[in-house]
Amino acid sequence: MTQKNRLASGGRIDHQRPLNFTYNGKALTGFHGDTVASALLANGVDIVGRSFKYSRPRGIMAAGAEEPNALLQLGATEATQTPNVRATQQDLFEGLVASSTNGWPSPENDAMGFVGKVGARFMPPGFYYKTFMFPQSMWGTYEKFIRKAAGFGRSSLESDVDVYDNINQHADVLIVGAGPAGLSAALAAAKSGARIILADEQSEMGGSLLDSPALIDGQPADEWAVSAIEELSSFDNVMLLSRSTVNGYHDHNFLTIHERCTDHVSDCAVNGQIRQRMHRVRAKWVVLATGSHERPLVFGNNDIPGVMLASAVSTYIRRYAVAPGNKLVLMTTNDNAYQAAFDWADAGHEVVAIVDTRANPSGACVEAAKSRGLKVIIGSAVIEAKGDKRVNGVLIAGIDEVGEKVTGSVEPYDCDILASSGGWSPAIHLSCHTGSRPVWSDEVIGFVPGETVQKQLSAGAINGSFSLESCLKEGTEQGLIAIRNAGFDIEDRSAPKTAPVNEDRAMALFHIPHTKSTSRGPKQFVDFQNDVTASAIELATREGFESIEHVKRYTAMGFGTDQGKTGNINGMAIAAKSLNKSIPETGTTIFRPNYTPVTFGAITGRNVGELFDPERYTAIHRWHVEQGALFEDVGQWKRPWYYPKAGESIQDTLNRECTATRESVGILDASTLGKIDIQGKDAREFLGRVYTNAWAKLAIGKCRYGLMCGEDGMVFDDGVTACLGENHFLMTTTTGGAARVLSWLEIYHQTEWPEMEVYFNSVTDHWSTATISGPNARKVLAKLTDDIELDAESFKFMDWHTGTVAGVPARVFRISFTGELSYEINVSANYGLAVWEKIMEAGSEFNITPYGTESMHVLRAEKGFIIVGQDTDGSVHPHDINHGWAVVDSKPFSFIGKRGMKRADCVRPNRKQLVGLKTKVPDAVIPEGAQAVNDFEQPVPMDMLGHVTSSYYSANLGRSIAMGMIKSGLSRIGETVYYPLADGRVIEAEICSPVFYDPKGERQRV
Amino acid sequence: MQRYSGFGLVKHALSYHENWQRVWRNPTPKPKYDVIIVGGGGHGLATAYYLAKVHNITNVAVVEKGYLGGGNTARNTTIVRSNYLWDESAHLYEHAMKLWEGLSQELNYNVMFSQRGVLNLGHTLQDMRDINRRVNANRLNGIDGEVLDAQGVKEIEPMMDCSDRPRYPVMGASFQPRAGVARHDAVAWGYARAADALGVDLFQQCEVNGFIKEDGAAIGVTTKQHGEIRAGRIGCVVAGNSGVVAKMAGFRLPIESHPLQALVSEPIKPILNSVTMSNQVHGYVSQSDKGDLVIGAGIDGYLGYGQRGSYATIEHNIQAIVELFPCFSRVRMNRQWGGIVDTTADACPIMSATPVENLFFNCGWGTGGFKATPGSGHAFAETLALGKASSLAKPFSMFRFHDGALIDEHGAAGVAH
Amino acid sequence: MFYIYCPYCEEHREEEEFHASGEAHIPRPSDPDNCTDAEWGEYLFFRTNPRGLHHELWVHGIGCRKFFNITRDTVSYEIKETYKIGAKPQFTHAEEKV
Repeated sequence: MTQKNRLASGGRIDHQRPLNFTYNGKALTGFHGDTVASALLANGVDIVGRSFKYSRPRGIMAAGAEEPNALLQLGATEATQTPNVRATQQDLFEGLVASSTNGWPSPENDAMGFVGKVGARFMPPGFYYKTFMFPQSMWGTYEKFIRKAAGFGRSSLESDVDVYDNINQHADVLIVGAGPAGLSAALAAAKSGARIILADEQSEMGGSLLDSPALIDGQPADEWAVSAIEELSSFDNVMLLSRSTVNGYHDHNFLTIHERCTDHVSDCAVNGQIRQRMHRVRAKWVVLATGSHERPLVFGNNDIPGVMLASAVSTYIRRYAVAPGNKLVLMTTNDNAYQAAFDWADAGHEVVAIVDTRANPSGACVEAAKSRGLKVIIGSAVIEAKGDKRVNGVLIAGIDEVGEKVTGSVEPYDCDILASSGGWSPAIHLSCHTGSRPVWSDEVIGFVPGETVQKQLSAGAINGSFSLESCLKEGTEQGLIAIRNAGFDIEDRSAPKTAPVNEDRAMALFHIPHTKSTSRGPKQFVDFQNDVTASAIELATREGFESIEHVKRYTAMGFGTDQGKTGNINGMAIAAKSLNKSIPETGTTIFRPNYTPVTFGAITGRNVGELFDPERYTAIHRWHVEQGALFEDVGQWKRPWYYPKAGESIQDTLNRECTATRESVGILDASTLGKIDIQGKDAREFLGRVYTNAWAKLAIGKCRYGLMCGEDGMVFDDGVTACLGENHFLMTTTTGGAARVLSWLEIYHQTEWPEMEVYFNSVTDHWSTATISGPNARKVLAKLTDDIELDAESFKFMDWHTGTVAGVPARVFRISFTGELSYEINVSANYGLAVWEKIMEAGSEFNITPYGTESMHVLRAEKGFIIVGQDTDGSVHPHDINHGWAVVDSKPFSFIGKRGMKRADCVRPNRKQLVGLKTKVPDAVIPEGAQAVNDFEQPVPMDMLGHVTSSYYSANLGRSIAMGMIKSGLSRIGETVYYPLADGRVIEAEICSPVFYDPKGERQRV
Repeated sequence: MQRYSGFGLVKHALSYHENWQRVWRNPTPKPKYDVIIVGGGGHGLATAYYLAKVHNITNVAVVEKGYLGGGNTARNTTIVRSNYLWDESAHLYEHAMKLWEGLSQELNYNVMFSQRGVLNLGHTLQDMRDINRRVNANRLNGIDGEVLDAQGVKEIEPMMDCSDRPRYPVMGASFQPRAGVARHDAVAWGYARAADALGVDLFQQCEVNGFIKEDGAAIGVTTKQHGEIRAGRIGCVVAGNSGVVAKMAGFRLPIESHPLQALVSEPIKPILNSVTMSNQVHGYVSQSDKGDLVIGAGIDGYLGYGQRGSYATIEHNIQAIVELFPCFSRVRMNRQWGGIVDTTADACPIMSATPVENLFFNCGWGTGGFKATPGSGHAFAETLALGKASSLAKPFSMFRFHDGALIDEHGAAGVAH
Repeated sequence: MFYIYCPYCEEHREEEEFHASGEAHIPRPSDPDNCTDAEWGEYLFFRTNPRGLHHELWVHGIGCRKFFNITRDTVSYEIKETYKIGAKPQFTHAEEKV
């Protein structure tokens, strides 16, 4: 196909650099500098998709971010499939593969189009709320059909191969938009030396200057823009970001800029490059120079391909050398749009007529049109477009002065392109993100930023200052103010000069009348992407949806990926009129981030996969990996779970590990337990306040188990704390609770008891901890130390000693979580692996066996030791878990948790209590999480007694063991409860003591 | 009430949809109502509807400062499930679930309750223990649910990365097949329309700015727009502003109001089958009938009435979703927003008498209010009709925060939303 | 995304370095054992939760680890001041006693 709509010269494209691309499988050619949209228009592609609800053919309507129709699927490979790419914002590149997203077999000949034509009548807004209800069971089936119509493009089915990045920026002034206002703001501010970021969504900066016929300081506007950008790029303190959309404006002047680094080159970034980058900007001051969006007019069949925004027609001609048609009709409410007709004529094409809705337009452009010999029809409007897959004519009629009624006769005209302009809506999106409410201006015929809540200024069309002259002036002024507000001195600078234009007032017209009523006339689209029509809005208001929010939600207006950029104001105005209210009385329009959609990948940056959350390894990690350990995630830690040998099932491994520990010696990497170094003269008193048990008398060299509760009395953490010196303690916490406990200690110290002299420091990472456990533990340790007396008298259970282990200074704690003779050998983390390997060597004659967290769980459960977080859940206090022995109410200070656990509900008789559970069938293991009942034949809902918290097969005992909560369990020892399982089995268990092994605790004291 | 049906739609099409009746009236306030509901969100409207329908109390006004269903009803991610751990909450949410299952027909308004099933993922051994515990409890409470392993999860959501690659690999999940999503606006509108048809007066743009009290009892409200309106009983259902309204009545609540954010992607072709939720990686996602991925996570940590939250929360949320579904990396986020959620310490609601006689509060639903809408309305209507807590509402008294009878869905179930 | 001045570090840092820790100026009752359940419950769970000025406790967790107070508007999210533990806020409600 030739580029039938391409002009022979002109535009900002490179006519010498053709680019090949495919659209719906057809090979097409465009030029370097094209967008996909301009290239498609150049190639005469009229239909780019089918509408969402009615399957109507749709063409390209706009040339920028406001385009509602041209959403394409992009990507040459599965991994690079990108849905919903807006063709007007996607640069063309060699080899680009694009396709339309709706329409089968093709958007030109869509089978659903028939349904749309016939069925549209039965699909008023909210029709789905009124039907598909009968019979109840059928909704799932109806929904399947509804979902088939869902979505535009499709997600890739493969993982993305591209890399995305986040970068933090601190700016003195961030200027959003590099049109006339933004460029003049940047020029005014640049010399200050302040850090300035100028961001613009387009591939080339300049905004409206790139297709403006005006002169600035004697230069053509586009040339002036190029030299302005050149000047700015000579400043080291100015960062210019093109293809970079400021998509969100958050609290305290935090903004995000979505930069597309390689999307204009390929659908897949080449090696090492970043596809997209999110700039996370903290700016002292922000200047919004975001411009405005042209409003299309709402009239009959205004969605037929070939109906475009007036400014888009100009842009395609002037910037891309594309004239998408031959015979133009222009309809406008304002002077500005006349340029489209002039450009059209200058491109050598026929202007059929300029239809001006105003009764007596008198601006300079009207004169210019007349002097060019163009036909201007005033006081009239295009009330309906004609055509099927492309406009082939219009109906023009006279209208009254307020634009509410057709007054004259209806005249048909032939044309193949229809441009319309209803004026311009300031792009206030970012200003709204901050919570600032926009205000309606009759002067502007649009919403402008209201009272600001951030350090924010705005310049140019966003304020409704649409003329080039005022954009340049406001830009310069606001740029200077911003830079001074940010604390910089700078000389005044005069605004760039351009000739003022004599413009007549625009007409506030949002809905072109028709000879038929809105409900009976042809469809008049307001929100093209969501197929919302004027009659839908009127119907919504008739049905009582009177708040604009209701209207929007009922009709889905403004909920598309264009977020109502072209439709919202028209829709509000139609609703207001229908309700007999003014626009500001009807409500306001609030935009939320994002201004335009942002790739998930750009938001996540590199923070996925292993960087999603840091992985913490102990010093011995490499050894575990080499031994084939499987790992368990505990908090951020990777802990060895178990060490399977070839051919072993998990149960085989556990049996081997547990047996070896009880019979000889096992070794556990306990480095992950939280360790907090506590010092200061009040350290001991502090412990007494945060633990439930007593600490006043713990002697230097001794360790003690402590239980920690919240103020509600519920168990929150536990661990062993050692007295290192009179004013010095080392607290251990659970692996997952370390950070929480440290913060807990700090908050009480800093906010409640600042008078106490005590200091906390996390030393978890400083130490590597190898726990050797089992009857031969002493023998192993003896081979590695000659300065620690190990006999039972010199080194008692719950003592700790310093000395040298494997040639390295060590702290050795004789504490036990297995119930066996155990030593926790702590060495500086740097020595951790070496010492571990020495221990393995020394232990080899005793078949020293590494065990992981799973065997640790079994061994401790044999002893009835709890794990906070597994056997407790934040709803149990110490007495509930039979740990009353660790609560010392007689302490003088009312320790944390004491009052809480005495509340009425905490002392009621039938609370759940932690008990042991012995299955009647010895090798039946109750699944953890199983719920106990007294009567397993009771119909649902059943009376549940409590759940199993820990349950294992114990090789040492040759039977299963379990712990669990049972209502009043401690007084039901010996009784039977039942566990009805999902598979229909019922496991019978006897309530017993949770201490299954060595109930007197002799083995750990040998 | 004009009855909605496919036949009616065809009939109205023939008259160009010009003759549809209003969904609700614009009444003028009477001087006195039997019951005033403060707050015209889903819960308040449901309360009004069940008062009229079940208890035959039709002299009821709903007073809403904005527009109906414009608070959290309009801002949530529409997930409906009942697989709560503790009996008290399980019974309440399952009661709601049963009402959901016939709601479109009951209201003659299609709320598009889509029982697509909800997966609550487990990523650690402790997650799986908690999941087993919860599913067992659900089963014995008569609530559907099963425990799946990673393979089972993959069968339901083929696009989820259930391999060992993710930072926290998926180990399994609980799956409640009857759970799903519904069309949030339709719930508010459906209840409003049905309540209006039974005689309930609905007032929009009518802000309560004080309570009229006599001998310590509330006997009415003062409003900005319509002055005094008296009532026999008053029920406040003002999520996001409960603390503010309680302060007007002279007491404090065990509540903090936090921003809760959510977001949607651009609409894409159907790719998700169910609702996926994960607490370990902090995110949940479903796909609407329109094709948007509807995504949310936890609350922002600070107090906030701004209906905005921090961008970092959104970042973590999307990281979590891309971590679960790496194929979504090139999908784009369209829009984000925030609601205000009233959180309690035990992640359970308050449906309660208050220190002020005749004044009742229904609040504290935190991040999980939408799913409860019918059950909340039903139980609160009974409470207002009786003048004391209904059996379902009883455990949810605000005074449980005095005696300690919390229902800790936070700590125990580890499942939010 | 807040930009928070840490009164200990004496500079503005990003919100991500901080963690909100609830309402400030709630002293632990001096004699818990003699509190009623209601009094203890109020201390634990009941909050002013204002729409407007709020004194709140934050910690510079990824920084100096110090707790400090912020006076913030809970609607506009504007931070009026930050101050050290023990100091009094400059911005208060008319009826408020801090």
